[in-house]
Amino acid sequence: MKKSRQPEVLPGTVGEGLKQRGVTRREFLKFCSALTVMLALPPAMASVMAEAISKARRQSVIWLSFQECTGCTESITRSHSPTLENLIFDLISLDYHHTLQAASGEAAEQARMQAMKDNEGNYLLIVDGSIPMGNPGYSCIAGISNHDMLVETAKGAAAIVAVGTCAAYGGIPKADPNPTGAVSVADIVKDKPIINVPGCPPIPVVMTGVLAHFLTFGGIPELDSLGRPKSFFGDTIHDRCYRRPFYDQGKFAETFDDEAARNGWCLFKLGCKGPVTYNACATTKWNDGTSFPIQSGHGCIGCSEPNFWDAGPLYQALSMPVSATGSLLGAAAIAGAAAGVAITWHNRSTKAAAKAAHEKVTVQELTREEK
Amino acid sequence: MNHLDLLTFARGSALNWALIIFAAGVVLRLFEILGLGRKADLAKPRLNSPGSGWRTIFTRTLPPEGMLKRDPVTYIGGYVFHFGLFIAMFFFAPHIEFFRSMTGLSWAGLPNALVDASVVAAIVALGVLLAHRLNNRVKRMLSGFGDYLAWAVTLLPLLTGYLAYHHLFVEYTLMLALHLFSVELLLVLLPFTKLFHTFSVFISRWYNGDIFGRKGVAS
Amino acid sequence: MSATLSKGINSFKEMIDAPVASFFSSCVHCGLCAEACLFYTETGDPKYTPIHKLEPLRRVWQQEYTLLGKLGKLLGLSKPVTDAELEEWKPLVYDSCTMCSRCAMVCPVGNDMTYMIRKMREGMAASGHAPKDLIGASTRSVEIGSPMGIRLPAVKAQMKHVQDDTGIDIPLDRVGSEYMVLMSSMEIINFPEYLAAIARIMKQAGKTWTLCSEAFEATNSGIQIGASDIAKVLVQRVVDGAEKLKVKTVISPECGHAFTALRWEGPNLIGRAYTFEVQHILEVLDEFRSAGLLKTTGFEEARLTFHDPCQIVRRGGLLAQPRNLLNMVAKNFVDTADRGKMNWCCGGGGGVSAIEEAEPLRLQAFKVKKAQLEETGAKTLVTACANCRIVLEEGLEHYHMNIPVMGLTELIAEHLTEGE
Repeated sequence: MKKSRQPEVLPGTVGEGLKQRGVTRREFLKFCSALTVMLALPPAMASVMAEAISKARRQSVIWLSFQECTGCTESITRSHSPTLENLIFDLISLDYHHTLQAASGEAAEQARMQAMKDNEGNYLLIVDGSIPMGNPGYSCIAGISNHDMLVETAKGAAAIVAVGTCAAYGGIPKADPNPTGAVSVADIVKDKPIINVPGCPPIPVVMTGVLAHFLTFGGIPELDSLGRPKSFFGDTIHDRCYRRPFYDQGKFAETFDDEAARNGWCLFKLGCKGPVTYNACATTKWNDGTSFPIQSGHGCIGCSEPNFWDAGPLYQALSMPVSATGSLLGAAAIAGAAAGVAITWHNRSTKAAAKAAHEKVTVQELTREEK
Repeated sequence: MNHLDLLTFARGSALNWALIIFAAGVVLRLFEILGLGRKADLAKPRLNSPGSGWRTIFTRTLPPEGMLKRDPVTYIGGYVFHFGLFIAMFFFAPHIEFFRSMTGLSWAGLPNALVDASVVAAIVALGVLLAHRLNNRVKRMLSGFGDYLAWAVTLLPLLTGYLAYHHLFVEYTLMLALHLFSVELLLVLLPFTKLFHTFSVFISRWYNGDIFGRKGVAS
Repeated sequence: MSATLSKGINSFKEMIDAPVASFFSSCVHCGLCAEACLFYTETGDPKYTPIHKLEPLRRVWQQEYTLLGKLGKLLGLSKPVTDAELEEWKPLVYDSCTMCSRCAMVCPVGNDMTYMIRKMREGMAASGHAPKDLIGASTRSVEIGSPMGIRLPAVKAQMKHVQDDTGIDIPLDRVGSEYMVLMSSMEIINFPEYLAAIARIMKQAGKTWTLCSEAFEATNSGIQIGASDIAKVLVQRVVDGAEKLKVKTVISPECGHAFTALRWEGPNLIGRAYTFEVQHILEVLDEFRSAGLLKTTGFEEARLTFHDPCQIVRRGGLLAQPRNLLNMVAKNFVDTADRGKMNWCCGGGGGVSAIEEAEPLRLQAFKVKKAQLEETGAKTLVTACANCRIVLEEGLEHYHMNIPVMGLTELIAEHLTEGE
């Protein structure tokens, strides 16, 4: 009787995988509860999610890496200790990922073709890295340009997850002067749902959450105008930052090693971009909830925002000009002075002319001749 | 162009151009005024009263006897607005960083709650002053497009700053960009509207003090 | 030859200088100057706002001397100043401005509206938009020698009259005297007691003094109408007279604008500093007082107050002297609430009292004086300007107030200790 209440563990499903790895239902439910909170779903959805994920077939995933640094893969797959987050990745069917897969060369490409064929219309495409549009030769895999591979693979995908700021928005490759003509996934693929999970790198649990959502509901979570899941990117780092009270009190670190910095005061003056960065770092934190950049004493650099690399100096306060300086003002003032001299000269000649044209006013000339 | 790009543009090229027009405009206008010169006064001044002009620059800040009662709205509204704007402009920590980057000078800021209250006071004062301008016969007659424009471009930075700080209406990054654009609009228009009194008030008060000082009257 | 618009505009261009540019640049249209102007406070008509009276001059400044204005003019976007407009402004620039400068004391940005009205009148006069009564006064001043048409014989008659009355010899054209005494037409015709007072005071002080047959008139219609060319001719007479008689000091009489004309504008009109001093009679009296040369006996018992003439006090700098002198002879002196440099004008300065069509407005504006006086409860009003005195007398009569008006010099003379 007791056993019958347990969800049936079907072969080839996530549930089976979990069982094989000795994950108890309690542990899995706890994980799902945490996910529902992060996804801003009602608490009752936890068991629904657990049920759905357990029963789901292992999702076929094709992971394409373009102009990237592998930081995203590092972040998502190599957490400090084995966690449920990376278990979920083990539990999907990662059919193609050229950093992680054993196969190489033609066999690797064969695996991608096979997965596309077997799961046409159903597989999930994950992309990290931007796509160079300048010269296809800047980045190819197996002789195929990134652009062509993306277009080809996107065709049969159920949805695309653009992982990392490069895939989502072009990222560092796209930064001025953008030598490769890098663009984002969304710049190329227009006919598929795309979920952007930006960050350099992105937070692992955000990836997990998106996958869980996809497995539970068979669709994508609610996104903001920049294609990011609202549940993770709804607030700025600044608004959720534990140092925020110091900002409001006007208490700031002036250098990275002053007393104020040691006291954990606000890093705004040191260039923290927390106020304009939408991400979950301040709440989920990194490395199993250990810390996040601001906690470790460095301001946010805004890595999950589009074009963050070109958004002004990293170590200057957000309220400082990007490039204007006192000398710009000085130069403008000198130009103003030059123009001022010119206009003064003109004014003086106007006045001198008026003086020259002055006809002595006598009492006879105070009245007007009647016409 | 996303919001951060807009903000970067607002902090970048847009700000640069606004500052260029502002600085060049202010210097140009100062030349325009002072370049007209004035004839040396050949009448023997009554008192040896050097600094009379300088004194008036300060003393004219206070209302002469009896005037406060005649038009309290203008005086009190004017004080609250100018004081609130001054606090918000020079004592909000992020603003101090801006001035530091331009001048190298830095000073202590005030807690945000205080700055916030000053901004609210300044905005309310501006509202009251506009109502007064519309209701008072003298002010209404004197007012033209330039006066309402000056009012609006002065209000906008205060308003957008307040909305940005409180995350109202639109997303913060966008509001911050709008705040900067409003400041830039103010910078561009300041030299060429009545807002130039920010600078010329020192000249006009000085002349007033000098003209009357020569006659032995502390004006 | 005739006055023309282009002469007027040309004159505006000549007159505009750095102070004017700074004043127009600073104005924020707060309207506080209106609250300081008796023509606005007593009528409530916003057109009497001081800065508004300068609108045509402001436009010329804006169009001729600012970058944006020049561009606007180039593109045909600016509204040129016209004859019709200047005619419309005539009552604002003349009838309703006594050049009292009270507005210049309150303007938060420090604008000196009087400084600008003075300049604006230059253009108004040159373009033929000055009031006919001021044109008449100027013509009489230049052609006859006095705005009221008084000639030397009339002065001589009064000299004789005073001589008979006081037994004191009235010197005329005495070279090398310390003081040269001037009078205003008003004093020659209406207030002969002034000359008598001077004679007695000078005698007591033991000072040498003289009248000048070529320059007995102190007033200067050129200043009021705003024609420097004419004002210069009139000032030059005084300068020539004083230099010919080699006097040390010229005494400006109890007349407001005469003091402004002689003391402050004169050197600038003739283009050089004087070789003599110009002092207002109250300054001279106060100097006598502190040197112990002015001895009085007895006190006025009645409650009396003082009307500060704008040109002598606010625009002349004689703030302490009238009160020093009054306290010598009055026990019951009370000041008005607004006093000294903040006193309200009588309403007839700056030529206004000479403009016939301005009379109803002037009497309306007088209500502020009426209220001031009633507040003090004074029984006698003392002043130090013959024009103020006439205007005050007319105003008091109009409002059926029975308060006598006296000149301060005359009051002092009444208390002179005699026979030493």
